Amino acid sequence: MVVFDKPKALTETPFHYCPGCTHGIVHRLVAEAIDGLGLEDNTIGIAPVGCSVFAYNYFNCDMIEAPHGRAPAVATGVKRADPSKTVFTYQGDGDLAAIGTAETVHAGARGENITIIFINNCIYGMTGGQMAPTSLIGQVTTTTPYGRDPNLQGSPLRICEMLSTIDGVAYAERVSVDNVKNVLATKKAIKKAFEIQQKKIGLSIIEVLSTCPTNWGLSPTKATEWLRENMIPYYPLGVYKDKTKEEGEQK
Amino acid sequence: MNKVTFKSDLCKGCGLCVEACPKKIVLLDEKEINAKGYHPAHIIDMDKCIACAMCAIMCPDVVIKVEKGDK
Amino acid sequence: MAQKYLMKGNEAIAEAAIRAGCKLFFGYPITPQTELSEYMAKNMPKREGLSLQAESEVAAINMVLGASAAGARVMTSTSGPGISLKSEGISYIVGSDLPCVIVNVQRGGPGLGGIQPAQSDYNQATKALGHGDMHLIVLAPASVQEMATLTGEAFDLADIYRTPVMLLADGALGQMMEPVDFEEKPHRALPKKDWACTGHGGSRKHNIVNSLYIEPEVLEKTVVDRFKKYEQIEQNEVKYEEYLTEDAEIIIVAYGITSRIAKTAVRNAREKGIKAGLFRPITLYPFPEKQLDALADKENIKTFLSVEMNMGQMVKDVKLAISCKKDVYHFGRTGGVIPTPDEILTNIEKYVGGAK
Repeated sequence: MVVFDKPKALTETPFHYCPGCTHGIVHRLVAEAIDGLGLEDNTIGIAPVGCSVFAYNYFNCDMIEAPHGRAPAVATGVKRADPSKTVFTYQGDGDLAAIGTAETVHAGARGENITIIFINNCIYGMTGGQMAPTSLIGQVTTTTPYGRDPNLQGSPLRICEMLSTIDGVAYAERVSVDNVKNVLATKKAIKKAFEIQQKKIGLSIIEVLSTCPTNWGLSPTKATEWLRENMIPYYPLGVYKDKTKEEGEQK
Repeated sequence: MNKVTFKSDLCKGCGLCVEACPKKIVLLDEKEINAKGYHPAHIIDMDKCIACAMCAIMCPDVVIKVEKGDK
Repeated sequence: MAQKYLMKGNEAIAEAAIRAGCKLFFGYPITPQTELSEYMAKNMPKREGLSLQAESEVAAINMVLGASAAGARVMTSTSGPGISLKSEGISYIVGSDLPCVIVNVQRGGPGLGGIQPAQSDYNQATKALGHGDMHLIVLAPASVQEMATLTGEAFDLADIYRTPVMLLADGALGQMMEPVDFEEKPHRALPKKDWACTGHGGSRKHNIVNSLYIEPEVLEKTVVDRFKKYEQIEQNEVKYEEYLTEDAEIIIVAYGITSRIAKTAVRNAREKGIKAGLFRPITLYPFPEKQLDALADKENIKTFLSVEMNMGQMVKDVKLAISCKKDVYHFGRTGGVIPTPDEILTNIEKYVGGAK
């Protein structure tokens, strides 16, 4: 009896990601959610600019490549063209929290019935390790070689917390993929986000704390440790908004 | 017996499966090098495998397939 | 005889778009086109369409990208500053071979500029709408009727060639009111949108709408193929109007509202014994090069005077089109100032007969 196999919603194309990059895990979890809910036939995904720019090659559903940061606006166009389709975006921290902040906030404000998968690894991967809006204080990146200094570069953005203040956001949860327990919780959260979309009650966003072994200069396993020790304290895991609960588990 | 198959050519030797396995039976095969130049992961003692699939759950490259055998 | 309505140019575009099957409109308020957005906001809900005010011009063009990728007829409209914001999105739309209609109701520039009519976005529209090797079809209406008719054509052209189409109007045309009819024109044959992202339904391979081709040879091929499409557009879609050019000695070249003022100046010139004629491009891309060149070959035509509400943009295209065979001059006002027939006549008198 097969207990674990490649989900159908993933293509046969091998991932181009670095060894140990957790994009691969999250792609698989998104595909598992699509399989589990039988959504593939009517799903359209929007790929970002960033390491996951080739996401359109990895999913078996229709895919659109969006300009940097604009995926929520592109998703709005798709969803408003046919509200019966399931629409998701897959975005990194530069895409969503730097150039795309307005598009993210306003898709939430409008309560667009789309699902955003937000990969937060505190760094810009594709372009070689620059500071992201979510990079931590003291974190060394190629554009903060002396460590991120709040006086020079400001402080990191907590996206789930920010978005939870918006009425149109139906579900916001922060999860992590640093260990098996958290990966399984992420799988559950992503599935929940897609279910929320079917309920048509607003925007669902899952912020996934992820690793970037290459640009953090750590081995894949050490990177998961770094995530646990440094990212989770600043970005606590949990549900920040849940419209399906009468008295929400609000943090 | 439980059966775990590795698509070795997809493996990038990241070691997340090695870390995840509760029975410590997943290792990178130092004697093998795959087409990408990595030491691919493999199981050294299939008898001890409990088909928990934790290796597969952590694998970022969908390398691992897990099958539970009949007892 | 078709029912006529007295409408503003901006509203005529909106009404024509709805009748052409435009199902989604994404816009942002900016003078002098805001009436278009407001007409859409009022009428789309009554006509089974959607009008959404986006948070920015950038967001609006990306919503257009998404809706177009999903197979819908979709439009956005703005003025110069908004087109600048949309630049990246437009390049992506071209690179993804997506159809859509983009309206620019021009105002004085550069920068925040002014809110009165201008034609200073000609270069932007025909040469620099986005990064990369690209064109899009640019239509220049000269009346409220043409604001409507060309909008209908724009949607068909967009779908036939899988390209964005720009309607390059100006604040005068946008604001003025004239009688207009929405008589249905014969439909052109439209290809099926089997490339659209509508969910594969288990019955086809998944579609990818994309403009990224990381291998240079592959990217080159997609661009070269796209330019073959442009060749077809240049061969088949040129539109223009000639007025009294047959026996002319000086040809005024003008489009949009300027062409109407120029027509009056041409008539006034004729009364004074100057054989003036008007050549009015209706498509700015594809530019009517062959037709202008044919005029330049005529012995009686000695001079071309390009009249535009800018510092001299189309004049260069006129020179190129006729390979500088005859003298080409420019007269224009800019910043929102509209030239008068008298000013144009003065310039006709100044330049007729060749170099002065």
